[in-house]
Amino acid sequence: MPVRFEVNGKAVAVEVEPRVSLADCLRHQLRLTGTHLGCEHGVCGACTIIVDGAAVRSCLMLAVQAEGSKITTVEGLSTDGELTPLQKSFRKHHALQCGFCTPGMLTTAHALLSEEPDCDAARVREVLSGNLCRCTGYISIVEAVLDARAAYRKDAARDGAATRASP
Amino acid sequence: MRTVNTLIGSPIERLEDLRFLRGRGEYVDDLAREGLLHAAILRSSVAHGRIRSIDVSRARELAGVHCVITAKDIGHPVPRVPMRLQPLPQFEAVAQPVIAEDKVRYVGEAIAVVLADSAGLAEDALGLIEVEIEPLPAVSDRVASASKAALLFEEKGDNLAMTFRAVRGDAAAAFANAPYIRRESFRTQRHMALPMEPRGLLAEWDRARGKLTVSGAAKVLFFNRRTLAKQLGLAESAIELVENDVGGGFGARGEFYPEDFLIPFAARHTGRPVKWTEDRREHLMTVNHAREAECDVEIACTRDGAILGLRGHAYVDVGAYMRTNGAVGARNVAQFMSGPYRIENIDIDVSLLLTNKTPVGTYRGPGRFETDFFRERLFDIVAKDLGVDRVEFRRRNLVPHRAMPYPIATITPYESKDELDSGDYHVTLERCLDEIKWGENTKLQGRAVNGRYHGFAVGCFIEGGAAGPKETARIVLEPDGLYSVYVGSSAIGQGLETAFAQIAADALEVPMERIRGVYHGSTSYVSDGYGAYHSRSVVMGGSAILAAVDNLMRAVRAEAAKHLGCEAADVDIVEGMKAVSRSGKSIPLQGLTTDGISAEGAFLNKKHTYTYGAHAAHVAVDPKLGHVDLIDYVVVEDCGRIINPRTVHGQTIGSVVQGLGGAVMEHLQYDEQGQLLTGSLADYLIPTASDFPNIRAIVFEEHPSPINPLGAKGAGEGGIIAAGGIMANAIANALSDFGVEPRELPLTPARIWELVQAGKARTKSAGA
Repeated sequence: MPVRFEVNGKAVAVEVEPRVSLADCLRHQLRLTGTHLGCEHGVCGACTIIVDGAAVRSCLMLAVQAEGSKITTVEGLSTDGELTPLQKSFRKHHALQCGFCTPGMLTTAHALLSEEPDCDAARVREVLSGNLCRCTGYISIVEAVLDARAAYRKDAARDGAATRASP
Repeated sequence: MRTVNTLIGSPIERLEDLRFLRGRGEYVDDLAREGLLHAAILRSSVAHGRIRSIDVSRARELAGVHCVITAKDIGHPVPRVPMRLQPLPQFEAVAQPVIAEDKVRYVGEAIAVVLADSAGLAEDALGLIEVEIEPLPAVSDRVASASKAALLFEEKGDNLAMTFRAVRGDAAAAFANAPYIRRESFRTQRHMALPMEPRGLLAEWDRARGKLTVSGAAKVLFFNRRTLAKQLGLAESAIELVENDVGGGFGARGEFYPEDFLIPFAARHTGRPVKWTEDRREHLMTVNHAREAECDVEIACTRDGAILGLRGHAYVDVGAYMRTNGAVGARNVAQFMSGPYRIENIDIDVSLLLTNKTPVGTYRGPGRFETDFFRERLFDIVAKDLGVDRVEFRRRNLVPHRAMPYPIATITPYESKDELDSGDYHVTLERCLDEIKWGENTKLQGRAVNGRYHGFAVGCFIEGGAAGPKETARIVLEPDGLYSVYVGSSAIGQGLETAFAQIAADALEVPMERIRGVYHGSTSYVSDGYGAYHSRSVVMGGSAILAAVDNLMRAVRAEAAKHLGCEAADVDIVEGMKAVSRSGKSIPLQGLTTDGISAEGAFLNKKHTYTYGAHAAHVAVDPKLGHVDLIDYVVVEDCGRIINPRTVHGQTIGSVVQGLGGAVMEHLQYDEQGQLLTGSLADYLIPTASDFPNIRAIVFEEHPSPINPLGAKGAGEGGIIAAGGIMANAIANALSDFGVEPRELPLTPARIWELVQAGKARTKSAGA
């Protein structure tokens, strides 16, 4: 089946089998391999991407369901060579070791901070509890996300209307 | 003026992060190839049975299926997975065939491999394979294993793979004269490493050159290459194993599994590149399990709490086969039951029991997590019984600084002698007590606040590291004056590239930017390698880098001498940038040769390092729900010279959280038929971000190891080792009013509730 959607600001058209998950389509057909698959049953969160502003598990969504959507993957978080403030904060706080869960952590945190730049530690933990990490013990990840809030507050002031509008 | 670098010891931000944070890591499943065949593996759904027939004809006929491989296609007998560590002859009879031949012995054992144009088609074809298995009674626990009613290997006559014995002094004499003896039984549950990246392999056979390339290798590339070369009848030089970015190891990833033969075999068989990526259910039923152990242990003490002896028998469930490192956990249960304590008389047997479950291997702190739970629980029970303060009990029995190096129990039958290398164990204990405010906070122990009972525990651990025999590194002075570092060590997510760049830059006296890269993970980079296990990478690989730098500098001086017209001995290398003769003539190293200068170095070592420290916990337990709230958890450890405090601290915290998972949630459960009941991440629970927010790690480097030039010791396992015992003791302390004395892990809410109910019932019947 033909599907059209937008990934990281670029319009794409792909021919997919109806049973192909969005994660497999992104990874193997569009070669966006930054999105990782850790369980393929919606528990680990490594495959989290942002679909129309919401953090979504791409292993639980079929590619055909993405018709007309705007998708951001980890590759789309930093468009130029520079790391984003969230990525820099992950590095500063040593919030990653093997790096496998990291794309899902970043997309989940990005979606959270875009919506709730003033969230507290308990809220960060609650939201990130859907993303499994086996290396860090999470403490550094929570610190990194909290430390990145300031950058989102500035963004929120500039184009708050756009990000708040998403459901 | 000479720059003396101090990169070692600096919390340098990791080099690896730059690619991981942008989704530019390259894990094995990220690789694509033209003409790729995808493999899917049919696995036994029966725990124990005799294969009557396998009919693959319908699967072969499915459009898009290229071929189906079974034992028949490989030839009889099919290769066995060898023992990498403790390769004792006793284990040969219970080695795992790379694919089931006549019997299946656990749920998940490979029966057939389908190769198709897509992973989906390969999986579709699995459903078309007809396998007839005559079921046999499953051996699912210690009792069934010992009864011999069903035998995994009929010709062997029993289900006992081996018995190790740990001996020191004269336990019989110590017990004969002891004023106090206490006997207890404990149990730890089957759980596993569970790295976040599932395993995968991509094998490519170049028929024209007779060369096999296998991506997706990890941890122990050179051993796995030797194994594969033997199994396939190829020269080692005809095989290259490649390590991509690896999404976590923790002991399990990278060992030689049956698929490490099957996928390369399939590539050679078909002449096409073959890729296989396991799903999480496969991972849970095929990757090494760990930690299922029971023990009946006795301790002999004086009435004031000086330990006189320790003896007993442990039983480790090793699953259906012995493979690669499957004996390490059992060995460690026996050898390290004494931990950091001075126990002069020890006699502990450990039996390795075969059952119809997934084979076991090492998981971070192998055997040590189990045996530390046994010991620390025993200590708290005994201290309470004797009326001795439990902190005083530990202080009194820790190995004193003056007794270093301190010999520990020797393992037979293969005479593994060992000694604790260095350290002051009392210092880390005292610091840990200070951090948790023992004495002040412990006034709360056993008391209820808002319905939750507070409890505390403290205990000590050691972490072995630096397994020999050797590690290799090669450094190249490139024509552009930069340095490339090649190592035989493996990266599994621990930050190896950063730590090795720090070590190399310091040794070369150059800034980090002049290290072009740290290259690991190919059998073509260095002549030999041993990899990443037993907390050995920094000690062994780092020391090999120092040796390689020495050799490189010698070669550079000799080359420079030719240009400077002097003797090599008269050449000085300044800041890794230029060579200067005694007469003051100089030449830049950039462009010194047209193709660079390369030198290899090796570090050989037979001794082990011992990192050590203490853990303390403060919990609040709800006796009605069995829920444990972790108020505070502190680890204090001394791991010798620290290369990068940021990564050591991060690994310690991560290691603690894994240990807490093992203490209160993780459990691979089987039923009596040997069916795995926890085959998804919705059933096998691991810690999440909301479970344990309060953990602190304090890392010292007061006692560098005397047995390597860096002074480094292993790090990364210390956080997990003590966690089971500490949590169980803290929960017992909290619920002492209810008579709760846990003797088994995990302490899930349901189990804690049962212990509370049992305690209440006992109190009631005693009162009646």
